[in-house]
Amino acid sequence: MTGLRHGLRAWTRRVWQHDLAWSLRRSPVTVIAAALTLLCIAGALFAPWIAPQNPFDPASLNLNEAFHKPGTPGYPLGSDDQGRDLFSTILYGARISLGVGLAAVLLALILGVSLGLVSGYVGGRLDAFIMRVADVQLSFPAILIALLVDGVARVSLPNHMAGSIAIPVLIFSIGVSGWVQYARTVRGLTLVEREKEYVQAARVIGRRPLAIMLAHVLPNVTGPVLVIGTIHIATAIITEATLSFLGVGVPPTQPSLGTLIRVGNDFLFSGEWWITLFPGCALVILVLSINLLGDWLRDALNPRLR
Amino acid sequence: MKRIFLLIALLLAIPAQGTTLRWAAQNDILTFDPHSQNHATTLAMLMHVYEGLTRYGKKYEIEPALATGWKQLSPTQWRFSLRRNVRFHDGTPFTADDVVFSFGRIQQPQGTLQVYVAGVKEIRKVDDHTVDFILAGPDPVLLRKIIDFRIMSKAWAEKNRAQNVQDAKAKDETYASRNANGTGAYVLKGWEPDKRLVFAANPAWWDKREGNVTDVIYTPIKSDATRVSALLAGDVDLVTDLPTQDVARLKQNPALRMLEGHEVRTIFIGLDQHNNELQYSDVKGKNPFKDVRVRRALNMAVDREAIKRVTMRGLSIPAAIMVAPGVHGHTEQLDKVSGADPAAARKLIAEAGYPNGFEFTLDCPNNRYVNDEEICQALVGMWAKAGVRVKLNAIPFSTHIPKILKHDTSAYMLGWGVATFDSLYTLQSLVRTKTTGADGSFNCGRVSDAKLDALIDAMKTEMDVKKRDAMIQEALTRVRDEAFYVPLHHQLRPWAMKKNVSTLHRADDRPEARFARVD
Repeated sequence: MTGLRHGLRAWTRRVWQHDLAWSLRRSPVTVIAAALTLLCIAGALFAPWIAPQNPFDPASLNLNEAFHKPGTPGYPLGSDDQGRDLFSTILYGARISLGVGLAAVLLALILGVSLGLVSGYVGGRLDAFIMRVADVQLSFPAILIALLVDGVARVSLPNHMAGSIAIPVLIFSIGVSGWVQYARTVRGLTLVEREKEYVQAARVIGRRPLAIMLAHVLPNVTGPVLVIGTIHIATAIITEATLSFLGVGVPPTQPSLGTLIRVGNDFLFSGEWWITLFPGCALVILVLSINLLGDWLRDALNPRLR
Repeated sequence: MKRIFLLIALLLAIPAQGTTLRWAAQNDILTFDPHSQNHATTLAMLMHVYEGLTRYGKKYEIEPALATGWKQLSPTQWRFSLRRNVRFHDGTPFTADDVVFSFGRIQQPQGTLQVYVAGVKEIRKVDDHTVDFILAGPDPVLLRKIIDFRIMSKAWAEKNRAQNVQDAKAKDETYASRNANGTGAYVLKGWEPDKRLVFAANPAWWDKREGNVTDVIYTPIKSDATRVSALLAGDVDLVTDLPTQDVARLKQNPALRMLEGHEVRTIFIGLDQHNNELQYSDVKGKNPFKDVRVRRALNMAVDREAIKRVTMRGLSIPAAIMVAPGVHGHTEQLDKVSGADPAAARKLIAEAGYPNGFEFTLDCPNNRYVNDEEICQALVGMWAKAGVRVKLNAIPFSTHIPKILKHDTSAYMLGWGVATFDSLYTLQSLVRTKTTGADGSFNCGRVSDAKLDALIDAMKTEMDVKKRDAMIQEALTRVRDEAFYVPLHHQLRPWAMKKNVSTLHRADDRPEARFARVD
């Protein structure tokens, strides 16, 4: 028992004295950003327990409760055109935005890192091919590629599935449009690592290329990937919001933050400003804090900046 | 001296200063060919240039236009006397040959306006100013039907090789699709697609314009916000297709005048009543919409007043029947809406054998009717309270309409406007069992009821007004009581204009410049 407590204390101390923790303590902005990010994630994760209403359950909506001003009892941030409580809807919407963002980043990360590793390690024609594809994709804006993938997926899949596959399609289109950064970074690092003694030693003792890539090269390229990934989460959330704002994202019965902003946009002129303002603020806070965290992580992991 | 006379003569010849009406709405026209596209905005523009034998008066009564009178020689033969001394804009005189030519032209298969001469077998020239319509059967609404059958000059079409109707599907362009030569109150001056359309008054028109507008500039502006801003900035005088949420604000603006009126268009939900198993539902082996109790329950659960107040901002008339006020056959008494009762609806659905409710997909357009997608979303919530789980599939109208016409749907939203102002048009298109031609042409859920079919077929040829009216009442009542459709509301279509502009509101949502004044 005492051993366990002792171990826990030692672990806490180790974390507290770790380089990252030290640099985090020195930057109050980052502490605030981290707190806000955690708050957003917690809000999204525990939405069913925090939110007074489940805005995704149509039976709980009442059209007669639409367009309440912020501050109306039961509707702290007001309600939208369908009678959804905005506070609840933002929590549930953040859930979709964060979920789509994380899943898309994971997809892009897996795709980009594996292509980058193979490209850098194998080299030759395969490397040239993968890098040219990356170059071509880099010359298109990411949002354009996401729109294209989304459009093709929608047309090629049967009509009645449109509702249920909207979110997977969204994740796929954002993920596919973002793999290039990972691939190029990882390829560059792999080229350097490949020539180092430990890799050559592994080769000499006869380890297979796949094992070398995964066991030896991969752990040494994770730092930059982590930084790109963090910043990419923010970008992916914005891309999702943009697609939803353009009306090609998630269905309106399960609004994400972007869908909410689009809906509210129609009511800006008629005086119902809160429908677009609050989801907009939520999006800004979420993306800004993740971006600040990513920036800090980049500096903290870069030994030359210490 | 001579010069001074010349100058005075010139000054006298200059007409009084013209008045321009600058009008903006959402869509551009598709073509200037009057026999090519059955499209609301296109017809609304064409009617300024091309005329038919009859036209609507201020209260939608039939007025003589290019025909001065008509009489029935037999139930299937009508004789029309044509107006004399009418000239087309290019100066060619209007004669019976032009009517016969236009009839042949509108029937060409690549056009989509044959519906306006449906039932007319032949048009025979009697002399230069008389034609006979030979009908397939008696037709009580012939004079209303042929309003959008517009007359084109035979000589002009032949001279410019525009005898063939433009084929829009083949992206065909003809002389007649870009130029116009009618007999109407206004002459086409120019058309730059998606930019502007210019008309000037026709000084040689046979009738008198009631207003003072000599020039019309029509600008299509797609974005709601931009269109409203153009009016507020004074760049346009008249705006139609107003976004509902801005109407209240525009009403309070002292520089503007709002003209309120309804459109003869009813928005409703149709249900698949043909398949033995719904294509998009969790009910297997049977079709719940074949049970009148389920259809009644869906009707009962809809809170039409809430949709009117919240989603439509007061700009709708809750509907119990399938035709709007102003359509012949509509009565206040028939169109009485009862309040929503989700609890009773839930009970009724349980009685029908679905104690735990059921699920189906609702197909909904998201860019056609006023707030269409928002209304569908509200319906999802209302039906959920009756225990029915609805999946919403909101798609653009251009993909929605072919989908439901193929019957690839379990439930769908549609709006139905009535060009003839007569209930038969709605009953025949939406309720009559689908055959070929106009019967059941938009009966996408395949409603089929022997009693209604008999009634509708009888009213097509019944010439006794009293008997026919009784049939219409019976049919509309039966459609309502058997809940073959879920009518939602009739659309209101306010127009906004500057204070110095006045015009006549039209229930077909087509402003007519001949009624407009700019002071």
